[in-house]
Amino acid sequence: MRLTHLQQLEAESIHILREVVAEFENPVMLYSIGKDSSVMLHLARKAFYPAKLPFPLMHVDTTWKFREMIEFRDRMAEECGFDLLVYTNQEGVAKGVNPFTHGSALYTDIMKTEGLKQALDKYKFDAAFGGARRDEEKSRAKERIFSFRTSTHRWDPKSQRPELWNLYNAKVNARESIRAFPLSNWTELDIWQYIYLENIPIVPLYYSQVRPVVERDGMLIMADDERLVLKPDEKIEMKSVRFRTLGCYPLTGAVESTAATLPEIIQEMLLTKTSERQGRLIDHDQAGSMEKKKQEGYF
Amino acid sequence: MAHQSTLIAENIHSYLKVQEEKDMLRFITCGSVDDGKSTLIGRLLWDSRLIFEDQLAALKADSKKVGTQGDDIDYALLLDGLQAEREQGITIDVAYRFFSTDKRKFIVADTPGHEQYTRNMVTGASTAGVAVILIDARKGVLTQTKRHSFLVSLVGIRNVAVAVNKMDLVGYDEERFNAICREYAELTRDLGFEEIVYLPLSALKGENVFDTSVNMPWFQGPTLLHYLESVQVADRSSDRPFRMRVQLVNRPNLDFRGFCGTIASGTVRPGDEVLVPSSGQGSRVARIVTMNGDLEEAGAGQSITLCLEDEIDISRGDMLTTPYARPSHADQFEAKLVWMHEEPLLPGRSYLLKAGSATAPAQVTELKRKVNVNTLQYEPGKTLEMNEVAICNISITRAISFDPYQENRHTGNFILIDRFTNATVGAGMIDFPLRRATNVHWQSIDIDKQSRASLKGQKPRVLWFTGLSGAGKSTIANLVEKKLHSMGKHTYLLDGDNVRHGLNRDLGFTDADRVENIRRIAETAKLFVDAGLVVLTAFISPFRSERSMARELLEDGEFIEIFVDTPLAVCEERDPKGLYRKARAGELKNFTGIDSEYEPPEHPDIVVDSSSASAEELAEQIVRELFG
Repeated sequence: MRLTHLQQLEAESIHILREVVAEFENPVMLYSIGKDSSVMLHLARKAFYPAKLPFPLMHVDTTWKFREMIEFRDRMAEECGFDLLVYTNQEGVAKGVNPFTHGSALYTDIMKTEGLKQALDKYKFDAAFGGARRDEEKSRAKERIFSFRTSTHRWDPKSQRPELWNLYNAKVNARESIRAFPLSNWTELDIWQYIYLENIPIVPLYYSQVRPVVERDGMLIMADDERLVLKPDEKIEMKSVRFRTLGCYPLTGAVESTAATLPEIIQEMLLTKTSERQGRLIDHDQAGSMEKKKQEGYF
Repeated sequence: MAHQSTLIAENIHSYLKVQEEKDMLRFITCGSVDDGKSTLIGRLLWDSRLIFEDQLAALKADSKKVGTQGDDIDYALLLDGLQAEREQGITIDVAYRFFSTDKRKFIVADTPGHEQYTRNMVTGASTAGVAVILIDARKGVLTQTKRHSFLVSLVGIRNVAVAVNKMDLVGYDEERFNAICREYAELTRDLGFEEIVYLPLSALKGENVFDTSVNMPWFQGPTLLHYLESVQVADRSSDRPFRMRVQLVNRPNLDFRGFCGTIASGTVRPGDEVLVPSSGQGSRVARIVTMNGDLEEAGAGQSITLCLEDEIDISRGDMLTTPYARPSHADQFEAKLVWMHEEPLLPGRSYLLKAGSATAPAQVTELKRKVNVNTLQYEPGKTLEMNEVAICNISITRAISFDPYQENRHTGNFILIDRFTNATVGAGMIDFPLRRATNVHWQSIDIDKQSRASLKGQKPRVLWFTGLSGAGKSTIANLVEKKLHSMGKHTYLLDGDNVRHGLNRDLGFTDADRVENIRRIAETAKLFVDAGLVVLTAFISPFRSERSMARELLEDGEFIEIFVDTPLAVCEERDPKGLYRKARAGELKNFTGIDSEYEPPEHPDIVVDSSSASAEELAEQIVRELFG
């Protein structure tokens, strides 16, 4: 009996999901609403079927997500029947922190990294599932599947535990935690193929459609709501675009595309010449920036 | 070409259909610092078209800035992930890389080849089916080559590709290549590899990696990629008996009880008999449940949920197996152990052993011999340092089910976890169960601890005094014993005078001996408690883990940890036996507080400081608190 690569990846992810639930007292799944989160959610439903998910999903909402993402999130919570926690860094909101005036680095730090840490502290989660993949970025290639975090949520690349076979060390002291990455060994192509094969619902923003966009710093930014203030030389254009990755709309660049079905998206991806994370502003801020963010507690 | 771009462009649906049938190969690359390993992996990623334009732009910029290839692209830079390593120019950890072709998806474990990083190689190899061992054609077979091959074989890899790299630098010399092959074959004759394939190549120039080399027409074998796409891994887990460790019992309601786990080996069908070795109970498989409907069959590697026909007692850590070929079920076994932590292994110390979903306290009862990974010779040893390999006996506090690792890579492995730092400190591969484990049965004795204690009219327990040398442990313990004696209590004091000269006469003061010293004292104290006595122990007992081991030997409430917390300066000032002076002068090694650490208790039951009150007062305080 030979398993295909997707069957093997699926089995490994389910194993990881079950191991965390068996070993930890208070796990949570971080739900970013993107395609990887959608796959992770689907795998979790498989892992615990016929029971409902034995942990809540948590969305750290920066208040700058695409509107369609929020609609999708709420619809999935209702259809799949999972517990959804939404957390926003209220301090950041009170200070009016936003990606336009504060810059992407500071904004991400306050609304995402800080917001996440506050939420983890508030609910005292001892394990948090994340949808990160090792192929996404160089500093992630060495990430463990059970990634240990200190009581202040810091990641120390030098003191990560070796991981052998499928044996995961789940021991933590009070207030320490792990981030668990069930999709570690999936690539972008695997994710798309699996979504296609399993017919997994994803946010419509991944499919091409004519949308209002403005060109800014070499990226196509979608005018998702009235908070996007145009600079003097900018104008909104209607273009057929889609998103290869989803995040906060002012920081997520669209690509011009006509791919409106999953096979077309996969086709476009395979023939494309730029990597997935390029559509995200935060990675380009400084050399090794993802590594820095991770050490500080970003996913 | 890795992916058929014409098919992608013209008929994405048929392309996707083909992709569904792809399988996956995990392999490890092993090489020394300059063998060109990173260049080779970079080349595989490059040639499989997984490097995108923006990454290429970044790579070109990096190559100019920190590259080692002049104006050419330095493929190694694609791989060095963490900034710290990029600056040092070395890889310091296992990294996983991904690429795929139309036939297979590949996961590459990229591990550093330096001497001190044996643990990384074992980690990377643990999940790999194939090893690619790099040899620099100019240097030939080195000590590292032997070490890498041994470790790969230790972890159970049976398919090896020997990539003789940098052939361009030896003029594509066939004779040179053949000589290296002969030497390697000779070197690894006893390592149990089932298939060794030799490939001459140049990673830098991309020769014989994806495309055949025009410069080596004499070579008739496959390219590296062709080998990787076609190799059949000698892992017979699907032909072996059915094994599944239960990870989780799924009980959403009273009508459903499913046992979740990943099938380690064999296949299972509804109607199959299954057995739980820990209880000896058996049943039949009723259903194999998945969200997409029940399965008719499931096999090795699949994560499934099984429902059984009968209600039998099964919990996490138990193994479901076929009754016709049972695994071992024992609490002692011999294993090969790789040490992975700066703190050495101390035989007798209690670690957590995790084997599949089963976790239990365990200790190394005997370190039989170490294996020198460079010479493959056996050597004696009392402790095991980081990156060392040894054969040892291990004893677990409760029996687990397992198979010898040689027979089953998935049910014969385990890790050891430090109970205080929670670090993963060791990785083990089980050789065989130790028969005496199953033959030694506890005798049930009619006269028990309680009857002995009630005859004496006291609650037996251990007052465990710990603290620095000169802190006043023995003095206070002596006074406490006198007071208890006058109260009519039956006591016994264990201290350096009556233990070091007798029971523990053979032990010195190394960390390993200190652990063994305390283990014997704890076991003795346990026997005395069983005899109904109040036991007082007065030893430095510097390590938390040994004190906690002593605590675990006893029942709740029987172990009273008394921390004599006298400052080091005061102890040194007193120096009743002149030991601090000797230690400071360097005449005495491993002296606690000077060149050996004292780990203070985290939650002692009683704390006293002999610099703030007299020994008499403190003894009185202890007796009042415990017996008042």
